Amino acid sequence: MSGEEIEVTPKVTEERIRKYLEQGKRFDGRELDGFRKLTIEKGISKNAEGSVRVKLGKTDVIVGIKMDVGTPYPDSPDKGNLMVTAELLPLSSSRIELGPPKFDAIEIGRVIDRGIRESKIIELEKLCIKEGEKVWTVFIDIYSLNDDGNLIDAAGIGAVAALKIAKIPKYDEKEEKVIYSERDKSIPLRKISPFAITIHKIGNNLIVDPTKEEEDVSETRITIGSSEGTIHSMQKGGSTPLKTEEISNAIDLVEKIWKELFKKVEEQLK
Amino acid sequence: MTTKGYVRKDGRKNDELRSPIKAEVGVIPNADGSAMFQIGKTIAIAAVYGPKKMHPQHSQDPEKGTLRCTYNMNSFSVEERIKPGPSRRSTEISKITEWALEPTLMLDKFPNMVVDVHINIIQADAGTRCAGINAASMALAHAGIPMRDMVSSISVGKIDKSLVLDLDKYEDSEFDEGEGSTDIPVSITHSGEITHLQLDGKISKEQLMEVIEMAKKACNEIYEIQKKALKEALK
Repeated sequence: MSGEEIEVTPKVTEERIRKYLEQGKRFDGRELDGFRKLTIEKGISKNAEGSVRVKLGKTDVIVGIKMDVGTPYPDSPDKGNLMVTAELLPLSSSRIELGPPKFDAIEIGRVIDRGIRESKIIELEKLCIKEGEKVWTVFIDIYSLNDDGNLIDAAGIGAVAALKIAKIPKYDEKEEKVIYSERDKSIPLRKISPFAITIHKIGNNLIVDPTKEEEDVSETRITIGSSEGTIHSMQKGGSTPLKTEEISNAIDLVEKIWKELFKKVEEQLK
Repeated sequence: MTTKGYVRKDGRKNDELRSPIKAEVGVIPNADGSAMFQIGKTIAIAAVYGPKKMHPQHSQDPEKGTLRCTYNMNSFSVEERIKPGPSRRSTEISKITEWALEPTLMLDKFPNMVVDVHINIIQADAGTRCAGINAASMALAHAGIPMRDMVSSISVGKIDKSLVLDLDKYEDSEFDEGEGSTDIPVSITHSGEITHLQLDGKISKEQLMEVIEMAKKACNEIYEIQKKALKEALK
């Protein structure tokens, strides 16, 4: 039981994190480019077309895919729709307050949306039922269960993983009804894995996969959505500027981390 | 048991709970207390934060602390996706949950404070409010909030003329023969006090009394499961 109103990282901890980093070390013993242990649990919500629970250390998110038939957007009459939302549940941290989605949740949803959309991992053109009239909508919904930093990377891994295991429900064209109890085909996907990987700058160091305390100390961050070296989305967050060289280093770091993550994710989805 | 009539699709006896029933505490490391409760295909998790200062100040009660519950259903927990965020339904269930749990809490020990209980439904197959209340009562105990008693919750139904325990989704919302389906979620303290009762359908007084007896018996079973999970966490 805590009497505090909002728990924030104490100044001493912040100073110690910075000092450690100056010596090239991290508070929890990880390397600067060390990711925490990643586990993916599949099929955690059976009414979803696909669902996963992703844990990165103590950070815990669930991602579910739902599908429904609707009308296409006027500018893409022959393509399915994609919608990504993220909710940071007050259940997942004492810092998250009740009420309408705050900026953090909106940003995670939007950044993950762009990474998925721009990479074209979903072959939306194959999700058209009748041009101009009926297309599938793919909903990717992200929920935080425990926030110990780097929700965004966990969410991005979860989104890609859930897409890969999801099955499309049947659609009865005569009755114009989706039959959720019968799912057969997989969602048409290109063979890529557009993970969003975030690099944080603390002092002169670039680190990956920060804990909550490290996120508090972070001066600026850059999230890069990429697959096998091709960049599909970026978002720099925080007001501290980055040098060109730092962006270049961040991209190299992302490429290295992506390879490690790709292997781990594929292994766990087997 | 009352009338013969209705035979359950999943082969359960009329007074049989769904399986599996799983309970675990400590599922949310950030929270002061947390629990997961699964019954059949319905899965709820609850996290407790507090007691902490109530804000804004004018909401503070100098006599006793405030219990604040929020019930939230994941968009993909049901067959047809629901829009994320609060709804009229979730607002009502949140309040019902507060009423169900409050009598067991010694809130007079925390004037001007608030205890937050956040409930999240991960997978839904009817009985989500009851699963949420079961998880929440465990999470409050896990958080060490002073309590007089535990609360256990179950839904009893009248399917056509038969009384059945722990409705699944088919029985709750699809069954439509004879007298139809009546859903009666009930929450009961271990000492036998009813802290929550809702009803949706039609029933006689005699049968309702029988419903309460069925619920009491089932809540005792659930109580043992809740207790076991809490004890295991202490090991």
